[in-house]
Amino acid sequence: MSRALQLVVNGEPRSLEIDDRTLLVHALRDGLGLTGAHIGCDTSQCGACSVLLDGRAVKSCTVLARQAEDRQITTIEGLAPDGDMHPLQKAFVEHHGLQCGFCTPGVILTAADLLSRDAAPSDDAIRHALRGNLCRCTGYQGIVESIRAAGGSS
Amino acid sequence: MIPAATRYERATDVEHALELLGEPDAKAIAGGQSLIPVMKLRIARPSLVVDISRLELRGIEERDGALHVGPLTTWADLVDAELPVGLEAITECAREVGDLQVRNLGTIGGSIVHADPASDMPAVLLALGARLAIRSPEGVRDVALADVLVGPFTTALGPQDLVTDVVVPTPAAGSGSAYASVEHPASGFALVGAAALASPGDETVALTGVGATPFVLDGDPREAIAAAEIFGDRFASEEYRRELALVVAERALESARARSGR
Repeated sequence: MSRALQLVVNGEPRSLEIDDRTLLVHALRDGLGLTGAHIGCDTSQCGACSVLLDGRAVKSCTVLARQAEDRQITTIEGLAPDGDMHPLQKAFVEHHGLQCGFCTPGVILTAADLLSRDAAPSDDAIRHALRGNLCRCTGYQGIVESIRAAGGSS
Repeated sequence: MIPAATRYERATDVEHALELLGEPDAKAIAGGQSLIPVMKLRIARPSLVVDISRLELRGIEERDGALHVGPLTTWADLVDAELPVGLEAITECAREVGDLQVRNLGTIGGSIVHADPASDMPAVLLALGARLAIRSPEGVRDVALADVLVGPFTTALGPQDLVTDVVVPTPAAGSGSAYASVEHPASGFALVGAAALASPGDETVALTGVGATPFVLDGDPREAIAAAEIFGDRFASEEYRRELALVVAERALESARARSGR
């Protein structure tokens, strides 16, 4: 059953028509054209679709879009305003934090959640926080170094 | 990965939720971290999804000799909470549930009623002697967690039963508790998990991942594990799991004893 839904995405109120069963990731990608949330698995395991919901990282494939109504959704497109780069994005460029880049939006938003709770996390804390984000390039060392470098500066 | 067609309603209070759950094949959703994955696989095909996630059943409070945990309390809430001495196992377990994203949404009540035979926190709650307040259209009843978990993904709850409180007795002074597990490296689920409570003159151990439900060991852990019904699968044979259960139970016990000051 298709019905109207209001979402607040990257600070902007957005309206769309979706089925009740629609997952947040499909509402973002297909409904709003925000394709930065990637779909890397069918099973809620890869974390490539991670977005922030009221500042906390969640897998947008494991939230019904309607559950996110009236809550603040931040996607990779909205992490840094006005075309600037977020300190995490800069650190990923500088410290070789990505190879193919598919997992990167999810990794960066998960890291943004981590850094909001712990501004200077240990490598163990970074690795623990990344358990729900898979990188098929296996570039984890560069990812950890990038997040460590962004810690304290964001 | 698209769930079967369904309808969505957000419950405004517990009474409203119970009323909505009166529809055949309706299903309550809280954090959705267990339900949505099985809806995507179409193992679950609810006719109606009743969103209870905004009900006022979230929070942690110590009163009347017990810790009261609202069923909508997330793993992240539990990790961040200062819990009474003796309940260390709850924090230790919550920190390792799922991953960061799952802990941000997943709830303690959802984990209990999903009744995964390898779920972590139910084992901890069993070792700590937890009870549940269950609300139905007939009223509220108080039930031991052990009586609710009846089989794999199966509870004794009816379609219009909602958990409204998870009640964990505050352990006696001089108690410590711990949770230890060996996980399957890909899924993160426990091949064997053990929760232990060491109190003055008493020790309790509960296991998960080895049988139809998490369960409390009766008497001496070594003898109880030798006698327990333990299953094997493609990840770990029965013999291996039984051996591992003893190792993990001893790890949990040692850690609980150390925390109790022994």
